[in-house]
Amino acid sequence: MSMWSSRGHGWRIAALTIIGIAIVMPLVVFVLGPNMPPGKSTPVAEGQVTDNTVLLAVMVPFTVFILVYIGYALWAFRAKKGEELQDGAPIRGHFRAQLVWLVTTTIAVLFLAIFGTAELLADNGAGGGGGPNPVAKPSGATIPVQVIAQQWEFTYRYPTYGGVETATLVLPVGKQIAFHVTSLDAVHSFWAYELGVKADANPGVDNVAYVTTKKVHSFQIRCAELCGLWHGYMFDTGYVVKDAEFSKWIAARQAQFQPVSKYLPKYAPSYSPDPSFRAG
Amino acid sequence: MGGVVLVGVLIGLYVAFLTNGPTPYRPAVAGSGSAKSVSLTLETVAAVGPQLSPHENWVSYLVKENGVWHRSTVWTLPANSAVHVTIYNFDGDSGLRNPFLAQARGIVPGSFQVNGKPTSVIDPDDASHTFAIPQMGIIVPILGVADDAKNQCGYAPCPLSNAHNTISFTFHTGPKGHYRWQCFVPCAAGFVYGFGGPMQTVGYMDGYVDVV
Amino acid sequence: MNARSLLRFNLLTGVVLGIVGFYLGWWLGHLVKAPSIAYFDDTGQNDIALFFAYFVGVVAFLVGLGFANYPIQRLLGKPPSLREKETAGIGRYFSLCTDHKVVGIQYLIGIGTFIFIGGLNAMLIRLELMNPTKLVWNGNNYLTLVGIHGTMMMGMMTSGIIGPFANYLVPIMIGARRMAFPRIEALTFWLLMAAGTILMTTLAFGGFPTGWTGYAPLSEQANMGMDAYIAFFALVGLSMMLLGLNMCATVITMRAPGMTWGRLPIFVWGTISTSILMVLAAPVLVSTLIMLALDRTAQTGFFNVQAGGSPYLYENLFWIFGHPEVYILALPGMGILLEILPVFARKPLWGYRLAVTGMLGISLLSFLVWQHHLFVSGINADLRPFYMLSTELISLPTGFIFLCALGTLWKGRIRLTVPMLFSLAWLFNFLIGGLSGVFLSDVPSDVTTHGSFFSMAHFHYTIMGGLIFAFFAGIYYWVPKMTGYMLDERLGKIHFWVMFIAFNSTFGPLLVIGFLGMPRRVVTYAGYLQGANEWVSISAFVLGGSMLVFLANLIWSQLFARVPAGSNPWGSKSIEFQLPSPVPVQNFDRIPTFGPDPYPYGEDAAPAQRPVIAPARPTP
Repeated sequence: MSMWSSRGHGWRIAALTIIGIAIVMPLVVFVLGPNMPPGKSTPVAEGQVTDNTVLLAVMVPFTVFILVYIGYALWAFRAKKGEELQDGAPIRGHFRAQLVWLVTTTIAVLFLAIFGTAELLADNGAGGGGGPNPVAKPSGATIPVQVIAQQWEFTYRYPTYGGVETATLVLPVGKQIAFHVTSLDAVHSFWAYELGVKADANPGVDNVAYVTTKKVHSFQIRCAELCGLWHGYMFDTGYVVKDAEFSKWIAARQAQFQPVSKYLPKYAPSYSPDPSFRAG
Repeated sequence: MGGVVLVGVLIGLYVAFLTNGPTPYRPAVAGSGSAKSVSLTLETVAAVGPQLSPHENWVSYLVKENGVWHRSTVWTLPANSAVHVTIYNFDGDSGLRNPFLAQARGIVPGSFQVNGKPTSVIDPDDASHTFAIPQMGIIVPILGVADDAKNQCGYAPCPLSNAHNTISFTFHTGPKGHYRWQCFVPCAAGFVYGFGGPMQTVGYMDGYVDVV
Repeated sequence: MNARSLLRFNLLTGVVLGIVGFYLGWWLGHLVKAPSIAYFDDTGQNDIALFFAYFVGVVAFLVGLGFANYPIQRLLGKPPSLREKETAGIGRYFSLCTDHKVVGIQYLIGIGTFIFIGGLNAMLIRLELMNPTKLVWNGNNYLTLVGIHGTMMMGMMTSGIIGPFANYLVPIMIGARRMAFPRIEALTFWLLMAAGTILMTTLAFGGFPTGWTGYAPLSEQANMGMDAYIAFFALVGLSMMLLGLNMCATVITMRAPGMTWGRLPIFVWGTISTSILMVLAAPVLVSTLIMLALDRTAQTGFFNVQAGGSPYLYENLFWIFGHPEVYILALPGMGILLEILPVFARKPLWGYRLAVTGMLGISLLSFLVWQHHLFVSGINADLRPFYMLSTELISLPTGFIFLCALGTLWKGRIRLTVPMLFSLAWLFNFLIGGLSGVFLSDVPSDVTTHGSFFSMAHFHYTIMGGLIFAFFAGIYYWVPKMTGYMLDERLGKIHFWVMFIAFNSTFGPLLVIGFLGMPRRVVTYAGYLQGANEWVSISAFVLGGSMLVFLANLIWSQLFARVPAGSNPWGSKSIEFQLPSPVPVQNFDRIPTFGPDPYPYGEDAAPAQRPVIAPARPTP
């Protein structure tokens, strides 16, 4: 059989693609997807997991098709070893194939963009820093927690608890938290991994990110923007604890840091401490 | 062949250059078992001087080993021990950018003493440096020498006859670990926000603590 | 000055004059005194002196190479001469030569050397990351390694394919004897070499802590080593602008009869779409760096909040350059891919117009997506859905390129030579790279992956898995034409397989590690990631080893084995393979006339459709 005059190639590729999708898609949607990072500790994180699953699911058909196609082509359209140099079929294009490809990829991309936007709005910004005036604000009460990033440590202020500043982040469970992330010097980034929150800390800017805490757990906090020598060491552990425990904790911190509270500046969305430019 | 050797030599020089840094300092351990302790004697100076560094005007920490002050900021401390720290500060104040860091924490309560007087917090504007190991939750502010003090130190090493403040405290190390320590006061004169130069160079205002 | 003494200007005189110029500039810079820069005394960092030193040093270097000769000759009233050193021996590779083919080979060796240094840095980075608690490199040196690796690679690979291959091939492919501005072509090369050297001097001044992006205000805080970065990128930007300009001018004005826009080889289209980006995006980079330099020296406040500026200004300006920059990296690779596939599938390029649309579409869209680097930085949240859409839309023209590649394979007669293997690997790697990009373009997903190793693995898949694999495809395909000697096929295949497997073994797990919470540019990380990082580091060492296999192949086959390639070792119907190897100085004896089909493969390609050319006589 002259290998490239047979008409079966298209059907074979289609069949292999469909089989491939049938195998990979359930694995992706039911096995990989639900276990994707950042996990299910908050609604925002769950939303990201759903988002990632949808992204993967949309990518599966295209990926399977391309890989199956290339694999098939390398098997079926291979020149035999030692064979005289012969040319392939003189096909310069095929309008319908191009149109089908254009339409399918456009639909996929538009769907992903709309889905991503919906996810972003539904989740009050999906845990990402939205600037001082975020578009999607949660309704209901939020507890503001200011994250002050400085070279090279995060400190946290609780404006509704007397503006007390602490070096550990503890949050009450089952509440809507509004992180107000700012920096005193270089650009840092507050990344609370399991919470699904990331907001850059810029000097002079109040970057707001929302999250609702759902379960009692600890979470990693890492700086995600290169800020100098100790960027890699700028990490912390945060805790989500029960309400009562949180009240006890914050009262203890207010007592512990009472001596320094008279020196702290009044709570503000951002700060301009000295030295303002060059020191000395 | 010659080319390969040349490239090898260049790579070797590059690697040697990159590993160049302060030699670790390991203070002697007193006591044993649960009563282990070490003493760490440090001084902080306004200008480290040409003998100790190519950057003569940079601030620096120095550590005393066998009676000699040298610029080592990589310390090896034993696990589960008490560390008694004495710091002689010869530098003037620069002020803390975040006043919160002016209250000592993470140390044995009541052990923080400035010039022999126990205290818990200092005025942030008077801070000259800090001793901080953030991952251990330790921060101790270091009081600066007054601007009009007499007999201030020029280049390091600084003898105790120069104007200085003595800060002492004790902290406990936990299990084995690798930590970094830094200064939080913007004492790098001339750099933006005071946090460049010596504030971002291991061997001056930054270093490592390896708990073994 | 008579003609003979001018002809003696070369790299040696350039370097000597450059060093003299450096110290002259250093001394001049120290003469600048003002109250507001008294901080120099405190810090010991005289940035003004260093910038003066670099500037005067580079100018002196170029004068020493002979770039001032032609203007001075003309000023003195001498008649114009164009050709410099075009027929002398090996010395012409170490001087200002206006033969575009020599410049192409100079680029190949020059960029190769600096990429080797960048790659070495990558190995040292991975060595550090094997263990989260034990440190190999002292303190700041790790960040400098990261910075040099990224900066050197980005700066060098921007011209990585346009420099060596487009300079060599575009005039031949369009039927011209030279580029539009041969002296500027040589200038772009020597600027790049000066830039690379300047970047390495950062080690003498304390390195720089910002990585290749140079975000203010950290970059304003940094030591003098930062100035080396600024000077490097400014020179690279200048080189890019001139290179792109030259390419555009050449293709627009110097095409031979019969070479209409619709008959250009797809590699030339890739070059044009890249050159447009180079010309438009590089000036933004240079301006941004000038602002940064002013902030560091003249105490302006562009990027410093407390002086009235904003770090956002830097981030936005940088990425307005930075995003087209990565398409400058990707597009030439696509050009090479689509140029090589028809040859080894023995078929015409499928969907020529679609491919051109794809490339130009990528060029256009690349200016509309930059804020996807800033999704969580606190920009106006209203903008995010727009940039999410525009970024995802860029996958459409990229998809066209894929479709054309797949269509070219359909019913072909595929020969798996080394260039073809690298091209096929491009398809695989860029697929993964592109898909991971879709994750990053989706804002909710980006919240976790921004600034993590996922983002790093994404761009390594597209830049290294895409561009560098295409670079090697181009090398194995075109070096026999450039030098006349084949590269060893067996070593080539070993190089390919080790590189492909090691590459995926290195960056595949990094996609996962990023999702598991490891930020970029860190020297320590959570303990549970240590095993994965060890695996990645060892794979990276093997990847580096594959480069040594390539180097061995290059040196062995070009200097020792010297198997003659003949004029057409691959059976290609492209015009450069109808000429002798190496291509003689004048390219063609007579300017050719091109036929209607740039890819006359296929059983129906009548002889009359193949380009009618007059082959040139080999150089005596």
